[in-house]
Formats: sequence, C-alpha cells, structure tokens
Amino acid sequence: MDWFIIIASMVKMLAVIAIVMGLATLLTWVERKQSAVMQDRLGANRADIFGLRIIGLFQPFADAIKMITKEDFVPPFANRFLHTLAPILAFAPVLFVFTVIPLGPPLEIAGRTVTGQIANINIGLLFIFAFGGLAVFGSVLAGWGSNNKYALIAGIRASSQMISYEVCLGLSLVGAIMIYGTLDMTEMVIGQSGHWFGWLPRWGLFMQPLAALLFLPAAIAENKRIPFDLPECESEILGYFVEYSGLRAGMFMFAEFVEIIFVAALFTVVFLGGWLVPWLAWDGFHFPWGGMWYLPIWIVKMLEFAAMFIKIAFMIYFMILIRWTLPRFRYDQLMRLGWKYLLPLAMLNLVVTGVVLVLLR
Amino acid sequence: MLSPSAPMTLSMGPSHPATHGIIRINLQLDGERVVDSTVDMGFLHRGFEKMCETHAWNQAIVYTDRLNYVSAMINNIGYCMAVEGLLEIETPPRCQTLRVILSELSRVEDHLTCLAAQVMECGALTAFLYTMKAREYVYELIEMACGARVTTNWTRVGGLSMDVPPDFADAIKARIPSIRIVNDEFNKLLTKNRIFIDRVKDVGCMTKEEAIDWGFTGPLLRATGVPFDVRRDTPYLNYDEFDFEIPIGSNGDVYDRYVIRLFEMEQSLQIIEQALEKLPEGPVNVDDMSITLPAKEDVYGNIEGLINQFKLIMDGHGIKPPPGEYYSAVEAPNGELGFYVVSTGEDKPYKCRCRPPCFPFTAAIPKMIKGHLVSDIVPIFGSINMIGGELDR
Repeated sequence: MDWFIIIASMVKMLAVIAIVMGLATLLTWVERKQSAVMQDRLGANRADIFGLRIIGLFQPFADAIKMITKEDFVPPFANRFLHTLAPILAFAPVLFVFTVIPLGPPLEIAGRTVTGQIANINIGLLFIFAFGGLAVFGSVLAGWGSNNKYALIAGIRASSQMISYEVCLGLSLVGAIMIYGTLDMTEMVIGQSGHWFGWLPRWGLFMQPLAALLFLPAAIAENKRIPFDLPECESEILGYFVEYSGLRAGMFMFAEFVEIIFVAALFTVVFLGGWLVPWLAWDGFHFPWGGMWYLPIWIVKMLEFAAMFIKIAFMIYFMILIRWTLPRFRYDQLMRLGWKYLLPLAMLNLVVTGVVLVLLR
Repeated sequence: MLSPSAPMTLSMGPSHPATHGIIRINLQLDGERVVDSTVDMGFLHRGFEKMCETHAWNQAIVYTDRLNYVSAMINNIGYCMAVEGLLEIETPPRCQTLRVILSELSRVEDHLTCLAAQVMECGALTAFLYTMKAREYVYELIEMACGARVTTNWTRVGGLSMDVPPDFADAIKARIPSIRIVNDEFNKLLTKNRIFIDRVKDVGCMTKEEAIDWGFTGPLLRATGVPFDVRRDTPYLNYDEFDFEIPIGSNGDVYDRYVIRLFEMEQSLQIIEQALEKLPEGPVNVDDMSITLPAKEDVYGNIEGLINQFKLIMDGHGIKPPPGEYYSAVEAPNGELGFYVVSTGEDKPYKCRCRPPCFPFTAAIPKMIKGHLVSDIVPIFGSINMIGGELDR
C-alpha cells in the first residue's frame, strides 16, 4: 500500500468531516437567522459566552449542549432496537455519500494528482444513489419502531415519498451522465469546463436546463423539507420522530442539515460546474472581451475552492429561501407531482438528450 | 389483529398542534382517508353562563372577554347591547361610533389571526409572522383605547368604561396603511400561490342549504353564497350609516372562506376610515344615574356622587333592568354572536345565554372532513376559526 495515498485519504477524510459537520452546525444557526430576516424577526441572538454574542453565532453550541443534556427517553411501548437504530440509519448514509463528492479541484502534490473527493471511484453517482437510498430506512424505522400512530403515518409517507422521488432524482441525473459520459464526479466537473461562444460556461445547468429544474424539487423532496415536508408536517401528523427526544431527535435534524449541504454540493457538481470559475484557466482569467489576467497556480486553486463553496452556499441559501416562502403540498398532490409531472418530464429529457447526442456524433 | 379493511382509530387532540383551543377529533381512517369522525368538545368549559347568574350585570362583561379572546371587544359590545336592550336605552352617538370602530378593529384582528393560523398549518410560517406583525399594530390601538390588549373589558352597560384618548383617531389613521401593506404582502404570498390554492380549493365544501341547516353564519355562510351579515340585515349601532360591501363566495370551500376573510379586512378598514371622518363629540355614556357610574371626582368629592357609586356597586343594588327577556346579535368575525338575557328585575341576570358562532361550524367538522385526507383536516379546521373559549364557554 502506498503511504502517500493513505495519508492523503486520511487528511481528506478529516477535512471533509470537519467541513461538512462544521457547515451543518453553522446551518442550524443560518436557517434560524435567515428565516428571522425573512420574517422581520431578530432570530437567534441570545446565546453568549461571557457576554460575547456575535449576532448569535454561539447558538449552535447552546443547542448542542441542550440536546446532549436532555433525557434520553425511549417510550416503553417502542421497539427499543429499531428505535435506537433509526437515527443512526437516518444520519450515517447522508454523511457517507460525501465520500465521492469532490469539494475542490484536483491538486498536484509531489508529482501526484490528489482528487478533491475522499474516494475517487468510477461509479460515484451510483454510489450516491445506493447510499442515499438507505436514508429512507431511518425515517421508516423511526415511524415503525416508535409504535405511535402519528409516527407510523409519517413513516409510511416518508417511504412512499422518498422512493417515488428517488426515481425522478435518478432519471433527471441520467441525462447529465449521458452528456458527460462518466459517473465519476471529478470527471463530471472537468467535462463542464470550456465555454460556448467564448463566454457562456459549459455548465450542466446550460446543457441540461430541464434536468436541473427537475433535480431540485426532487432533491428537496428527498430531503423532506417544505414544500415537501409531508413526513414531518408538524401541524398535521407531528412527524416520524415524534417519539424521539434529546440527541436522537437532534440526529434527525442534523441529518437534514447535512443533507441540505449534500444536495447543494451535488447540484453544484453536476449542474453548476463544481469548482469551475467562468473564464478561469490554469494560468489565469481569459476574458471573453480579449483581456488576460495571469495568476499563479496556487491562487487559481484557491479561487476554485472558493468558487465551490460560494456555489454551495448559494444553493443552501436558495433552499432555505424556498423553505420559508412556500406552504406545503398535500400527500396525494405530492405523489401526483412526482409521478405525473416530474417523472414524464425527466423521461422526455432523456429522450431529447439521447437524440441530440446521436445527431451530434 | 386488524383485518386489512378495518379502519384505524386516530385521536387527533386534545393536545395536538393543529387543535389550538382544545378539542378532540376522533378519526376513523382508511389509510389517510377519513371514513368517519366524531368531535369531542368541552375541554375549555368554564361555566360562563352559570357564572353570569351570580354576578351583577356589569360584572359579567369581564367574562365575555374570555369568550372569543381574539376579538374580545366585539363580545363586550354584544353583551352590553343585549342588556341595553333590556333596559330600553340607546347609547350616545359617540359611543356608538367608537363601538363600530373598535368592532371593526377587532374584526381585522380576528381575521388576521384566523388567516395566519390557517396558512401556518399549511406550512407557510412566514406569512403567519407577517400577519402577527399586523395584529400587533391592532393590539397597540386597542391598548391605546382601553389599556389592555387581549382582555379588554372596555364597554359598560350604557356606554364605555372610558373615552378614547384624544390622539386615538390620528393613531388609527397612521396605522391603517401599514396594516394594508401587510395584507398586501400576505395576499401576494398566498392568494395566487398554486400550492396553497391546491391545498384549499374544493376542500371542506358546504352547500347553501347545508350551511343554513347547520346554522352557519358569518364568513362560512357567506362563502356558500348567502349574503347574510348581521350588520346589514339587522343593523345595530350605527352600521346603517356606513358604506361597505359584503363579499360572498360560491363554492363554500376553504379557499372562499380565505378570500372572504381577506376581503372583509379591507372592508373593515374602510368602515373605520368612514367612522373616523364622522366621529361625533360628546359623552360616551348614557345620562342616567341608575346606569352610569358617576365620575371619580364626584365619588370622592361630594356625598351625592358617593351614594350614587354605592347604589350602583353594592351587592343587591346596581343596575336593575325591568323583568323581561331580550336577544340581540352582533356580527362577530366568525358570524352571529348572540346574547339572550333574561331579567327578573334583580341586579343579576336570571339567565344569560351566549350563541357562539363557531359552535355550528365545529359541530359540522365530521361532515366537512368526511372523505378527505388527514392533511385536509388542518386547513378545514383552520378555516372555521374555532375559538375554545367561545365554543365551550
């Protein structure tokens, strides 16, 4: 075994976990603060350390301490095994899929190429679907193991919703796979480099606009957020995690935030050109109006990392914006939307993509 | 062991996020479809009607605050009007116009709360907080008029507990535009929102005949297309002097009720504007020593005032309407709010019966939700604007 690969992988693992968990922690505050701004409120601004507040940035710590110190309660009527298993099954897969998502450009270190994801496996996207699909067990088992009628209804809703929208999610991405001709996420981003007409970036968003449009609702539905938060529906059926308290409930919430980052990162990689910056090549900016701005390679790499995170941040912002603007669907409407509108459109997208690809060959 | 066709029993409430005010709906579910249901009410029963019988006429006003605590002012006014009917007195014009203004402010407040709760349960929390902001404006005005926000206790038999402060009219005029802005924002967020329309259209329908049979009044009756409004059909106070429209719907569904409430808020604001234009000067209480409390300077300053106060306050004295019975109704935000009072010439009511407008709606919940999904219960329940204090009394 090559020590270089082992060390590089270890470093990347630590970095990815630190980035993702850190971002998710921050997101609990961002979501509250952004919703507060949208709703003319002050939002979370009370938590302080020795009187230091910094617009409430300590709120995540306060939340964490609160959740950890709460009673870890398992209802006597619940199935103890399933009740314990469910939060783990909800949380682990969404963290696991970050293995193959590149959070930055490949780097040349000591004459070797180090890719931006932990595992550079050539079935990247399939891996994501395989493990992303596991998350449904968390919701279903939480509903089933709680032995509560509300949780049961929510669990059933969760299973049908997530399975239905996974189909659409997958099909919307197949078009992108056909164009890039690869399942490897790093290759996908590289496949989006270059420009049309010299100025329009060849991003997936412009090559597959319909797929991008279909992917986003399907992904939000996978994530069970408003307007697709039917398994939670706190005002109707209280959610599949109604019988959970303390850190176990916190894990469901945290899984949701990690999944927001995951959806944002996936959308960025597949449709927004990953770390690509428009007009930025390895040696600097090539402006479409003819100018050049030479930059050293390390600045280019830094810019690319920054671009990746700005894009992810924008997608997160967008999802929170939707979350606090729209009301939610009804269960049957959600199914109708998924099967009758999104799925046929995704298939149409596939057909059109296929025809265009054949004609262009 | 359940057979596959056996319905699942689900007890929704009494403590459930959507059953604000306490109520229990026992659902029989086939999957998520409601096969049958029963409504279990009475969790907030306080014995309002019985309490009235042991208190002097004026002392019951404070209990009426707790009937519909979202528009307490209208309850105060409704009760006082019934007693004034027994006494066969008419309140001075300034009192009447002020009562109209505060009634309409309360209507705006109540509709804002109802719409807010209704859309919040559909998931639109932002719209909810916008309307809460507007409701805060109304609360500020109500606080200015009577010193309290929720439990107003503002009217007295024969008038008001106090006149409004001199800058009250200007304060309202300054606030109305900001209430309109919030209503506009709310309107833009939801009224044409496809997701929201799909949630509420053709949900919880009632036909004209059914609504009348069930005893519906107010926005729910008007949503079915019956243009019944107590303010127009049996005018009280000086409502006949104002120019306002009565919106009616056609479908009788939750969406119609939503639109009617939105429209009525604008009409109420217009009534307030008209009333402020012609707010007369003068006293706010009837000039009758056997009904109106004397001014405090008289009570503390001369013996006649002190005796007058004594005669009105002490047990066994006080206002004594002639024996008889009287029913009067006002148009509360939810519908016809009626008070039926019976006097035997005592200083206490022999009987005081309140007709809560949301009682028939709540009774009709099983009819409205039958065949709908669990998710539909929430907007339907939100649209009937059940207020526990008024329902269970």
